[in-house]
Amino acid sequence: MDQYEIIVVGGGHAGCEASLAAARKHHKTLLITGNIKNIADMPCNPSIGGPAKGIVVREIDALGGEMGKNIDKAAIQVKMLNTKKGPAVQALRAQADKVTYPKEMLKTLQSQENLTILEAMVEDIIIEDKKVKGVVLENGTSILSDIVILTTGTYLKADILVGDRRYRSGPHDEKPSNFLSDKLKQLGFNIKRLKTGTPPRLDKKTIDFTKASMELGDKIGYTFSFENEPNYDVDKQEPCYLIYTNKRTHEIIKEHLNESSMYGGYVEGVGPRYCPSIEDKIVRFSDKERHQLFLEPESLYYDDIYLQGFSTSMPHYVQEQMIRSLPGLEHVRIVKYAYAIEYDAIDSKQLTQSLETKIIKGLYTAGQINGTSGYEEAACQGLIAGINASLNLEGKAPLILKRNEAYMGVLIDDLVTKGVIDPYRLLTSRAEYRLLLRHDNADIRLTQYGYDVGLIPEERYKKFKQKLKDIKNLTQELKNNKVTPKKTVNEYLANIGSAELKDGITLYDLLKRPEISFDKIQYFYPNKYSKEVYEQVEINIKYEGYILKANKEAEKMLALENIKIPENMNYDDIKNLASEALQKLKEIRPTTISQASRISGVNPADIAILIVYLKKEKFYE
Amino acid sequence: MNDTICAISTALGIGAISIVRTTGKDAIKIVNTIFKGKDLNKVNSHTIHYGYIIDKEEIIDEVLVSVMKAPKTFTVEDVVEINCHGGIATTNRVLELLLKNGCRMAEPGEFTKRAFLNGRINLMEAESVMDLISGKTDKARKMAINGLRGSTFDLIHNLRQEILEVIASIEVNIDYPEYKDIEEKTLKSIKESVDKIKIKLTKIVKDSENGKIIKEGIKTVILGRPNVGKSSILNRLLDEEKAIVTDIEGTTRDIVEGQINIDGILFDIIDTAGIRKTNDIIEKQGVEKSLSFIENANLIIMVLNNNEKLTPEDQELLEKIKNKRYILVINKSDLARKIQLSDSLEKEAIKIDTLNKEGILPLIEKIKDLFNMEKLENSDLNYISNARQIALLKQALEVIPSIYNGLEQELPIDMIEIDLKEIYNLLGDVNGESYSDEIIDQLFSQFCLGK
Repeated sequence: MDQYEIIVVGGGHAGCEASLAAARKHHKTLLITGNIKNIADMPCNPSIGGPAKGIVVREIDALGGEMGKNIDKAAIQVKMLNTKKGPAVQALRAQADKVTYPKEMLKTLQSQENLTILEAMVEDIIIEDKKVKGVVLENGTSILSDIVILTTGTYLKADILVGDRRYRSGPHDEKPSNFLSDKLKQLGFNIKRLKTGTPPRLDKKTIDFTKASMELGDKIGYTFSFENEPNYDVDKQEPCYLIYTNKRTHEIIKEHLNESSMYGGYVEGVGPRYCPSIEDKIVRFSDKERHQLFLEPESLYYDDIYLQGFSTSMPHYVQEQMIRSLPGLEHVRIVKYAYAIEYDAIDSKQLTQSLETKIIKGLYTAGQINGTSGYEEAACQGLIAGINASLNLEGKAPLILKRNEAYMGVLIDDLVTKGVIDPYRLLTSRAEYRLLLRHDNADIRLTQYGYDVGLIPEERYKKFKQKLKDIKNLTQELKNNKVTPKKTVNEYLANIGSAELKDGITLYDLLKRPEISFDKIQYFYPNKYSKEVYEQVEINIKYEGYILKANKEAEKMLALENIKIPENMNYDDIKNLASEALQKLKEIRPTTISQASRISGVNPADIAILIVYLKKEKFYE
Repeated sequence: MNDTICAISTALGIGAISIVRTTGKDAIKIVNTIFKGKDLNKVNSHTIHYGYIIDKEEIIDEVLVSVMKAPKTFTVEDVVEINCHGGIATTNRVLELLLKNGCRMAEPGEFTKRAFLNGRINLMEAESVMDLISGKTDKARKMAINGLRGSTFDLIHNLRQEILEVIASIEVNIDYPEYKDIEEKTLKSIKESVDKIKIKLTKIVKDSENGKIIKEGIKTVILGRPNVGKSSILNRLLDEEKAIVTDIEGTTRDIVEGQINIDGILFDIIDTAGIRKTNDIIEKQGVEKSLSFIENANLIIMVLNNNEKLTPEDQELLEKIKNKRYILVINKSDLARKIQLSDSLEKEAIKIDTLNKEGILPLIEKIKDLFNMEKLENSDLNYISNARQIALLKQALEVIPSIYNGLEQELPIDMIEIDLKEIYNLLGDVNGESYSDEIIDQLFSQFCLGK
């Protein structure tokens, strides 16, 4: 019988990161996928990144994951979003080539040492004494392993919904997993039913793009990975197009509303609030006269256009009417109709912060099975699950990122502390310490962790240490260098629209002026560091006050993070807790007071009581 | 916290009935051992029983005992209240008996502490009860009760909602950058919202500080050269001869204090030594002390003599108080007018005659006027008078200039949002909607937890 150290079930974005991390950490790893052709598939939007998500991709890269490097190979249009806003909320987004992305990922997986890929369906998990021991394939074969990571995506009892039709199927008519979720239920997991959807794909050749406005990529080259340099031609990026729905579209939708799976009452699962279907948008925002839609290319190798913002579960004939009411799409050929998909997920509150399940030792879950939505959300969980499963085998403490350290930390903490009702999407507003979690400093925040767990090679680590040193030196130099109110200086300042000097000022303080950027300072100071070093130092100086504020807030949280709640805590002993708080605390079993304070239904008074109890019982001084 | 505590919960000596209250797991058992009547161990919750408090065979008092069983009580523990009828001495005996039989004397606020720790009341309510305990006048009590009802809570809650709306609209812009139909939050529209927030917050802070003054009493200092009639004014105000009234200069060397209650608001009135240049050591100390009182006063009553010309010392004092809240009084209006004042001072000065009993009334009217007491009387007393809460409110108000600064510098909206969030969080700490460790620190110090 075959035996592995780690088995990953599912070859999506979570499964790829999990299996790569495990194999790179020298563990004998098996990745089981239903169809090798669908590894790292992008069944929905043809893009990676965006607000919050783009920052996560950079975090994945800083920890030694693959998504950033892979999208750099497959990007066909790249944009930096929110450039008019502060550095904290800027994020990269790339239109991905749906052929290149999976192909490149598969190459990486296949050339990875210690990693075996098996095409099969897993239908059972072997459990002994509340510990995982392996998996059973559909054909009855058992494969043994002390660690199993489930990254099954939307495949658990997946149903496709179109109008009043419902049939069992994964995305792209792939085979779903029919028995695994029942097995999980038997083991004591609470199974939820979630729903998501995807818009129609259209034939590019049949679209009149003159009626749409073109959206181009940025004229500056970018990469997601800190290790890569931009090497694409910024002038040869694929365009996207913007169009709007109209009165006619809305009328058609309203007229046929009850024929949609959602409004016809055919849906059990809870859909994502942040990615609503077009019929949802029309119903919920009935006062809006139009909704924005993007026409996005799926690949350089075929002609499908993704109609972003138009996901629907209407029957095909209604979809045709709806789509053809849109400008430029009057004569469009629909390549693939939109559909909704319903699937089983587990209650993420049954996970620990390491993504190991609380009830079965050695069993980890990551991605949509945990109730999230999005490629990036899945990938980062996969990476963390892969790292922690490996650390577990090595007898080391898990890597748990805090909310002030990474969006990944925010995401996982939200999952295990608050749970999800609808598919969870990362938003910048979910991060309290957003200013600290920038896309530009993801490497500074996380490379050390990546190195410590063994996923960042020595050479990259050295470069990183040099960058830290440069930042420190540059900051000091700016503090040491003064400019005086000489005539030439003041003439220069007047020239660039900055106030004249009356006294001497350090370059550090001069850089604090909103209108002075680093390139303006270079008049006084020779350019000798990398662009990234200047960027870091400038952000640190310009937003010093706000960064201090954010750090202070984070310290408050960390102080509570330091008050640990013992693992064997018996909450029933604390007789004064409000009953809702008692029930929630028993369910979630937070590991720190900080985590406890984030549980909804646990009020400040309950926290006070909890602290008093911990003090009284000498758990905490 | 499982021990049983007791305390006399009514003011001693006031009213015919005094209540001795006990709470804790043995409350019923302990009271039962000193009660002659029904077996309290067997009675229903929330019932009242007639009987006697006895010490062995001796009857101490004829009482009504209310038995309230956990959890539907103020402390969420068993509560027994003994209604005593026999005056101070017997009430004290009842208390002693309870102590002898296993109760512990409650610390100040300990009933409230238990109510809070047992989840019966929230932090805000707990603080209000603490205020209620230490409130000095009826109005202060009303304010505390108002806090209890949660109107302060609502006031802050509504302001937080307003701030949250601005925050949310900024966040939509950040998370959906390419949605052109979403209204772009402009610095101008943020400024308009911040202007409104500032006005509301400023009003809350001002009202709260006023509330604090009202709760603690208005520190009033009577100031003036010797022999202008300060003591007479104090006495008229106090309506009793507490200070020495004499024509010899500098007789009031010590500071004489008294308290008066005007329409439910407490005034702590201090009569200072007459201020003049002096070499007498004792008097000199008095004078120095007087000057230091000016610093801490909420109200200064500056007294001048109608019958004398303005002296350099008078001028000096007028200069010292000009930035304080003060009332200018010209005493001895019955005597010949010799004083000369500038037009503006003349206009604001009130003339009184302390020899005449009615002569003091214009001063009282002026005081009422100054503290807007008519309005206070009718307002809904939405004050926050707790020192911790006022400090947090002021901290929140101090963030506003940073927002204006950011708007002026045209910083990105997500930076401005950081300041808005700070205000939002601080206000959450005020009404207990958000959690901060400072509240816990405060709690530990106020309720002496963690034993």
